[in-house]
Amino acid sequence: MIAVHLPILQVVLPLIAAPLCVLFRARDLPWAIAAVATWTAFAISGLLLAQVYSVGVISYEIGDWAPPWGIEYRIDALNAFVLLVVSGVSAAVILFGRDSMLAEFGRSREYLFYTAYLLTFCGLLGVTITGDAFNLFVFLEISSLGTYVLIASGNNRRALLASYQYLILGTIGATFIVIGVGFLYAMTGTLNMVDLAGRVQAYGANTTIVVAFTFLVVGASLKLALFPLHLWLPAAYTYAPSMVSAFLAATATKVGLYVLVRFVFTIFGPEFSFVTLSLGLPLAILALVGMFVTSTVAIFQNDVKRMLAFSSVAQIGYMVLGISIHTMLGVAAGLMHLFNHALMKGALFCAVGCIVYRVGSSRLDAFAGAGRRMPWTMAAFCTGGISLIGLPLTAGFVGKWYLVLALIDRGWWPLAVLVVLSSMLAVIYIWRVVEVAYFRDPLPEAGPVEEAPLSLLLPTWALAFANIWFGIETSLNVNGAFAAAESILGGFGS
Amino acid sequence: MFEWLHPAFVLILGALIVPLLAGRMRQAYLLLLPVVSLLTIHSMSHGTFGTFQLLDMSLTLGRVDALAMVFAYVFGIMLVIGSIYALHLEEALQHVAAFVYAGSALGVVFAGDLVTLYVFWEAMAFSSVLLIWCRREPESWAAGWRYILVHAAGGVILLAGIVLYYAETGSIVFDAIENVGPAFYLILVGFMINAAVPPLHAWLSDAYPEATVTGAIFLSALTTKTAVYTLIRGYAGTEMLVWFGAVMAIYGVVYAVLANDIRRLLAYHIISQVGYMVAGVGMGTILALNGAASHAFTHILYKGLLFMGAGAVIYMTGRSKLTDLGGIYRYMPITFVLYMIGGFSISAFPLFSGFVSKTMVVEAAAADGRGIIWLMLSFASAGTFLHTGLKLPYFTFLGQDSGLRPREAPANMLIAMGLAAFLCIFIGVYPDPLYAILPAPVDYHAYTVGHVLWELQLLLFTGVGFFVLLKHVGGERKISLDTDWVYRRAAPVVIRGVVAAFRPVQTVVSGRTLLHMERFISRVFEYHGPDSILARTWPTGTTVFWVVVILMLYLLFYYL
Repeated sequence: MIAVHLPILQVVLPLIAAPLCVLFRARDLPWAIAAVATWTAFAISGLLLAQVYSVGVISYEIGDWAPPWGIEYRIDALNAFVLLVVSGVSAAVILFGRDSMLAEFGRSREYLFYTAYLLTFCGLLGVTITGDAFNLFVFLEISSLGTYVLIASGNNRRALLASYQYLILGTIGATFIVIGVGFLYAMTGTLNMVDLAGRVQAYGANTTIVVAFTFLVVGASLKLALFPLHLWLPAAYTYAPSMVSAFLAATATKVGLYVLVRFVFTIFGPEFSFVTLSLGLPLAILALVGMFVTSTVAIFQNDVKRMLAFSSVAQIGYMVLGISIHTMLGVAAGLMHLFNHALMKGALFCAVGCIVYRVGSSRLDAFAGAGRRMPWTMAAFCTGGISLIGLPLTAGFVGKWYLVLALIDRGWWPLAVLVVLSSMLAVIYIWRVVEVAYFRDPLPEAGPVEEAPLSLLLPTWALAFANIWFGIETSLNVNGAFAAAESILGGFGS
Repeated sequence: MFEWLHPAFVLILGALIVPLLAGRMRQAYLLLLPVVSLLTIHSMSHGTFGTFQLLDMSLTLGRVDALAMVFAYVFGIMLVIGSIYALHLEEALQHVAAFVYAGSALGVVFAGDLVTLYVFWEAMAFSSVLLIWCRREPESWAAGWRYILVHAAGGVILLAGIVLYYAETGSIVFDAIENVGPAFYLILVGFMINAAVPPLHAWLSDAYPEATVTGAIFLSALTTKTAVYTLIRGYAGTEMLVWFGAVMAIYGVVYAVLANDIRRLLAYHIISQVGYMVAGVGMGTILALNGAASHAFTHILYKGLLFMGAGAVIYMTGRSKLTDLGGIYRYMPITFVLYMIGGFSISAFPLFSGFVSKTMVVEAAAADGRGIIWLMLSFASAGTFLHTGLKLPYFTFLGQDSGLRPREAPANMLIAMGLAAFLCIFIGVYPDPLYAILPAPVDYHAYTVGHVLWELQLLLFTGVGFFVLLKHVGGERKISLDTDWVYRRAAPVVIRGVVAAFRPVQTVVSGRTLLHMERFISRVFEYHGPDSILARTWPTGTTVFWVVVILMLYLLFYYL
């Protein structure tokens, strides 16, 4: 029965596919392997989600070693949801990647790039699926190592510096996480999450537990780029190849957020995290300050990729704000925004990738005249932008709507006003691009430019269309987020 | 094939194909799409369609009833005419914007709930501003910004009203709005901004004259009339609207005196004419509401015709000031005649379309026993004829020869104007088809001896007045030139002088505020600009240092 082994296949397939890319280097073959692996993973995550919804939590024992001794893969409504987001956006982005990477990276070391991509992908899925705290750290390192290579493959020389910085900070983040896990292990003698949860919560506010908690929260905040620990992110997204920016923006920070939620809610428990240690307060403050500061910074950027990178940090603020409310509505709103933001940033970075493909630059000037010369690309950009701003009938609206509802429900209505106000900042920075693209004549030295090829446009539009689709037919993102929120607020009970 | 096809989606999705076509194909498509949408409108039957669930609200895309159909029909007709008029344009953006704009207006008209309405409302604002910007002059750029700022603010007010209304009543169904405190007034203000009710009207007379020649046709037809529709639907019988409407009718006429730009003069008359409709909404009787709806119908056609005539003059001569024009009827005779049909219609000459609808509103005021309102509306009527029917054509087409030798407008423009002119006369002579589609059964006869006599008297004496005073009007032309000089040349000098005199005071009061503002903005830029501390890439060591600081802060926070 292969269906029983879906949880392990989810991780192992990309892991096996990675060295295959090195072995089969012929023209386009590495890409084809990566694409097949990604789409298979997408299919598997869809099946897993369906399975979780129909039969409840899936527990998979690796090598038949029963937990807590063996490593357990444990899939509930939360990580099944995140798995689907990660693999779904990757599935669109990998299709986008073929021609985009050829233009930005070249063919010579293509196989190494796709190897690194598959390892990153495998690591991200592994972090999400595993039910073992140390296993989580291992996968986090796998994905981080892959990410460093992906970022460094940008053709700007500053990509190397960006990658180095991420290497330092990512390592610190991972170290913090392993220190936290180490403390927990010292106290409880177990690494299995379910087991940990039961034992940790029995200890209460013990000093070691609190220190472990702090290290884990700060480490995860680094990974998910919560302001002011976001400093590695803008440079990384700016100088990485377009496909990598789209891939990372839609997946890496989301998995970071998942790690935070997993530790804070299911291992330490909402009672301990939010009542005893009142984590909600610092998270809400950092999220809010981050929303305003980084949105304002985004307004002044002259490079669209960098602008979108800062916007990502601001959007992460919305997710963290939702989580910091720690009510059912709030957590669901945060997770919904995780889903929606993956779609909008995927679409936006892909649209920028189309411009880079044709014009060769992501600077704002490069967009001049794009409205007329690349109408489909810019239409996709506008769709993503509208969703980012959060106008009704787009996915972005749904997330913000629930976030505002959650804040009002909690009685924090001034924060609800701030959320709406900060959306106005998004209007400004998106509008700057729209204005240049539609109302400024192209630069004379730019030469003739035509619409991006279909191989880029189709995946971009698939993501842009998803933004509209999930704004209207909201059963997957809304119900999925609520199911996930329910599963973690109830602890490991079900 | 379909149970129900939303004309808004036909237009908005159809508009996206325009840029992909070129040459003859595109022109054919530009004619085809509006006709298809008009047929779509015509084929609709009354009822509720396109209901779906968004979050926990029930949205209705299509609520089709008699009131919605009146507006849908005239929008559809005007779109056909406007597309013919704009056929020669090669710029795809304008065509797309016009179709999206018209589609959104239809979306508002058929919206069965406030959220759907709001979405299309915003889409209207953002698509219509393109019709202003597409003129690509510095003035239109600035006017467009002022336009979009006003509408964005109006949109926010409307949205706030809708959210509050939902909180108060738990319903987002768009029907007569219940008076539940602030929500009632917020939504009303949102609607009134789009209806250009003074003092919220300035965007209209500011922006419409700066729009493109063809864009102004759509602008004049859609935004204010959609607002009239929402007022009829939501605010029928709101007493204060009677007064707003009557003041509006006069306000527009009075301000038209100052206008020198022909399209600005026409824009002020939109305000005046919409005043009749708003007053009709306020009265709220069956006759008044029928009058408001039918006046909106005829108004769109004749105002479109007038704007097309003025647009043709601007297109052929490149000038738009009354003082720069004159004596061109010999060169553009057809445009002149067609324009005059529009002029007679807006002035409500018997046998022209304005007569059969405007008298309905005026009659409603009389039937309601509102003497003052009746007088105000009649006064505005005289003023309308004076400016649109006499002054504008006299100084544009007749009058002193300006030395301009334009050719007649292109055929597509003439055909479009001809269609509109035909409808103006047709409705004026044979109003029954219009009366048949009005929301309530019509028990009203326009051509009674009383109406005709009253109207003719009014017009006759206005005309006599104009021609008796023509010498003075001619003489005043110089003065008008002088006044023109005053506010264009002298006023800035005077203002500069005044400003200089008050500079000490200004430095103290506003100077300090400005200084603070400037400092604030430069401070924001200092910290948020591209090379600022918050935006640049930090040295790795510093970054790591801050990570440690954050960790320490957390630990401190938990230990204290």
